[in-house]
Amino acid sequence: MEQSYLLTYLLAIPLIGSLLLIFINKEKEQLVKYFGLAVSLIAFVISLIIYFGFDNQSGDFQFVEKFNWVRGLNISYHVGVDGLSMLLILLTTFLTPLTLLSSWNGIKKRVKEFTFFMLILELGMLGVFVSLDMFLFYVFWEAMLIPMYFIIGIWGYDRRIYASIKFFIYTMAGSLLMLVAIIWLVVYSANILGGFTTNLLDLYKTGPTIDKSIQGFLFLAFALSFAIKVPIFPFHTWLPDAHVEAPTAGSVILAGVLLKMGTYGFLRFNLPLFPQASLDYAVLISVLAVIGIIYGALVAMVQTDMKKLVAYSSVSHLGFVILGIFALNQESVQGAVIQMINHGLSTGALFLLVGMIYERTHTRKISDYGGIAKIVPFFSFALLFTSLSSIGLPGLNGFIGEFLILIGAFKSTVLNSWWFTVFAATGVIFAAVYLLWMYKKVVFGEVTNHNLDSITDLNLREKLVLIPIFVFIVWIGIYPSTFLNVSSKTSEKIIKLVTSPQNQIELGKVDAPK
Amino acid sequence: MIHLIYLTVLFPLFGFLFNGILGPKIKNEKVIGIIGSGTIGIAFIIAVGALFETLALPVDQRLTIITLFQWIDVAGLNIHFAYQVDQLSLVMSLVVTGVGFIIHVYSIGYMHGDKSFWRFFTYLNLFIFAMMNLILADNFLLLFLGWEGVGLCSYLLIGFWYDRKFEKSTTASAGLKAFIVNRIGDFGFLLGMFLIYSTFGSLIFTDVFSRALSFNVPEHIFTLIAIFLFIGATGKSAQIPLLVWLPDAMAGPTPVSALIHAATMVTAGVYMVARCSIIYASAPTAMMVVAVIGVFTAFFAATIGLVQNDIKKVLAYSTISQLGYMFLALGAGAFSAGIFHVMTHAFFKALLFLGAGSVIHSMHDVQDIRHYGGLKKYMPITYGTFLVAATAISGIPPLSGFFSKDEILWYSYANLGIVFWLIGVITALLTAFYMFRLYFLTFEGKEKFDSHKTHPHESPKLMTVPLIALGVLSAIGGFIGIPEIFSGDHGNLFHTWLAPVFKSAEIKLMNIGSHSHFEEILFMAISIVAGVAGIYYAWYAYLKKPAVADKTASRFKGAYNILLNKYFLDEAYEASVVNPIVKGSENILWKIADNRIIDGTINNLAKLVDNISGTIKKIQTGVAQSYALVMILGVLIALLWLIISYS
Repeated sequence: MEQSYLLTYLLAIPLIGSLLLIFINKEKEQLVKYFGLAVSLIAFVISLIIYFGFDNQSGDFQFVEKFNWVRGLNISYHVGVDGLSMLLILLTTFLTPLTLLSSWNGIKKRVKEFTFFMLILELGMLGVFVSLDMFLFYVFWEAMLIPMYFIIGIWGYDRRIYASIKFFIYTMAGSLLMLVAIIWLVVYSANILGGFTTNLLDLYKTGPTIDKSIQGFLFLAFALSFAIKVPIFPFHTWLPDAHVEAPTAGSVILAGVLLKMGTYGFLRFNLPLFPQASLDYAVLISVLAVIGIIYGALVAMVQTDMKKLVAYSSVSHLGFVILGIFALNQESVQGAVIQMINHGLSTGALFLLVGMIYERTHTRKISDYGGIAKIVPFFSFALLFTSLSSIGLPGLNGFIGEFLILIGAFKSTVLNSWWFTVFAATGVIFAAVYLLWMYKKVVFGEVTNHNLDSITDLNLREKLVLIPIFVFIVWIGIYPSTFLNVSSKTSEKIIKLVTSPQNQIELGKVDAPK
Repeated sequence: MIHLIYLTVLFPLFGFLFNGILGPKIKNEKVIGIIGSGTIGIAFIIAVGALFETLALPVDQRLTIITLFQWIDVAGLNIHFAYQVDQLSLVMSLVVTGVGFIIHVYSIGYMHGDKSFWRFFTYLNLFIFAMMNLILADNFLLLFLGWEGVGLCSYLLIGFWYDRKFEKSTTASAGLKAFIVNRIGDFGFLLGMFLIYSTFGSLIFTDVFSRALSFNVPEHIFTLIAIFLFIGATGKSAQIPLLVWLPDAMAGPTPVSALIHAATMVTAGVYMVARCSIIYASAPTAMMVVAVIGVFTAFFAATIGLVQNDIKKVLAYSTISQLGYMFLALGAGAFSAGIFHVMTHAFFKALLFLGAGSVIHSMHDVQDIRHYGGLKKYMPITYGTFLVAATAISGIPPLSGFFSKDEILWYSYANLGIVFWLIGVITALLTAFYMFRLYFLTFEGKEKFDSHKTHPHESPKLMTVPLIALGVLSAIGGFIGIPEIFSGDHGNLFHTWLAPVFKSAEIKLMNIGSHSHFEEILFMAISIVAGVAGIYYAWYAYLKKPAVADKTASRFKGAYNILLNKYFLDEAYEASVVNPIVKGSENILWKIADNRIIDGTINNLAKLVDNISGTIKKIQTGVAQSYALVMILGVLIALLWLIISYS
């Protein structure tokens, strides 16, 4: 394939956009908003062009670009996409304009700075997903924290400072261990390859040859960093604080994309770099995932704050993704990938809805609501629809992910026990409990709080934010192949890398008889 | 028409979208009603067409699969939106679209004037859409889509009047309870699917069932699959131990109770088990479990039904009880008898509910049968059709209920033993009693309402014509299943029709009918006597000597209270399951584990770092001289170390 610069364009758009934004007078808030929206839409269009040029039949990286950056250390600007990153890029460029649109009225101060940080954040997220160089990846990974830190810290709610610092330090602590592991890995590889390299594709070859005991340490160092990001129980306590204090746009991006960095990291780095350790730790991590599923759901169930409830539900939902990844067969990994997208859509929409009603009532307390079905019918429908998607109702997106993950985990030869699925499947019951319980208390019943009498239903702008998400919720639910096909070959490849013969694990039996 | 069967799914979907999107704008009850019920009517016509077309096919070719498009394709999991037209799915389709259509028409009259008229028909059409998917699916996953879909509609329709109170709680709570209890069942169903997939490598019915015959699978796997699936059935069909949601489901509008909570959705569990007959036939233990759960549910629900005073509650427990009969039939290996009862029950129970709705309508929403009485003369059509249905459910020949119930009782004796039969017959007696207690208190005897305030009247035609239609079906619907000993050479038509579907299961079970005709007729006579006795006692206690009932209630006050409170099942679940989970989550998981232990550790760690650095920072005095001193000391030490190491 001839050289293409599409990925560079994709990264350049938010970067140039944010730089140009500096020159716009900050008094002209409308212009700033429209400009930000336009930039993010252009990025979305470019990602669509990439998608239409993407070859589903290939498991390899596509649209690859490579330029030397730091010659001495052989660090390069090396980017590319495979099926996994393709979907996450689409999710990122899809959600960013929607969040900007959703913040139209919610963000009242420093609109220009807000838009600037959102675009920089988009750059960071896209950078993480396209990097094929360890060093480049790490730069984006860390850089992404800064805009998020400011978004929570400046535009957040009452305890925003505490939450933003907690978010920053928590993730930073994890990342540092990963940095040590990266350095170890690069130095080790240099010895084997006879030259320094941070090229991920080279490291894929050397990683698996590392001695088993050391692989374990490296795996854990990477895993800790990603586990915090996901978050996997018990590394999750930064999440409720960050979500509750973040402005709506921050919560949506945080849940929609940032959490996926963790699950992406496992698939992109942990599994292929340290296959032996991945198999060794699969059971341990799956146990934590299942605990997270049930624990997150149970704690979500007793929350009194809507946003906190949604935040804890993320712990539960991401537990499914992790379980799918470490069950290590085609069904479960594909389920995990699609569930990453699903969670971005459903939980993103839940945060949007909570934000929309908050803008009207200035309360997130569930008990302040009740009976709003007749006051705001469209909102009530939208909240029901989104909840059903999140609950995993067949015909909507959530079901596809959860079902594939559970059925994969059930027959997984790596986990080799039904109990993971049995316990994880109870999460399906609890999800219905906490979301519909909240729905009942907020939407049904009689109106007791008469401050609610005068609130207005969703306006056109808000509907425009939600409807595209709803389209994909139904699309994935009815015809998931559009998306599953994109990641199919990549999932296959990752599974093969982990379970290939030199790891002396026979997994030929994994696939069901046709 | 077989090839158009997907239209029976798409028409209701169209009705759902049309009324859901345009309904709030057009607000015209006529348009909404016609679209809502018309789509179901068309679906019924298509199903009838498919039936005749199938009848024209040779017996061994009566299975057609219509594939629409691919749903999921991952590894070995290859699932389509594909519909299976065969004898079983046709019977169910006809019942659902036929009875469904009648109830839709009735609803136009019943819901007249409701401010959310459009929403009602939207949900109702969505329900038929989901139900048709459930019935016609050619694989477990699509069945599950329908399965959860009907659960959603049930949830939405129970809480249809979402701002109303219901008993001690609200309609919304009743809906939520239904959804969650069903989800518990669905958890079992999911596990069943997983085990099927990992055992047989497919979720498509034809694959799974043929592999169930050809693969060498140990019996305990079959037993597990069957039990897991049955857990799903106990949720959807309100059997022990998951029956608690159905009585509360009566919070919904009465046509909903008729359609969803009596005639169709709740029989989904029976249909599913019958569909998997080969799996159950391979798991005798599971069959026994099904039979035991069925017969006990039938009995216990009937005992509760004896003392309820809310007209819909009596019918709700009656439904649970009748569903128990159906599972008893399945457990006895009499699959087609179970499906036969699904059909007749759909007729007479839908009629009973619609009749009850007509009464409630005319009594201004009073549902307590103690405040009815003598309604016969005010509402002749409702009265007449209700009487037909009550007689049918009591098992009096030649009405439909007699044939189906008698068949179940006979097979429970022949295949399971006398104990099952005996409990079944006692239940039949109780059924006749509570049903005629309801009938006598409502339509006969003295008027117990304030005739100045309440003026009972017959319902409009839109409601009475559906009653008559169902009345006819309840009366003659049983004739297609006349037992062989009476029909001679023709055999039992219904059996013959369904036989190919259950053939392999029946071969596996090898039930040898070694019983004489004399026995069969004797048992039939006993069950008729039981029905008549029940009716007689109801007449005696509630019409002849009304004091008898009260005296009995007060003499057995303890037992009466237990029954009135349905064995305190709700309270027991609340105390043993719900409260521990909620309180435990709140007080232990959230407040202690999350806030104190996990987050506390993190925050303490942060504090520790803060303290340490607070101590260390004192070294950073900012006094240049002390820095210089430390530096010189350092240089000296370094020099010293160099000298030592090189010398």
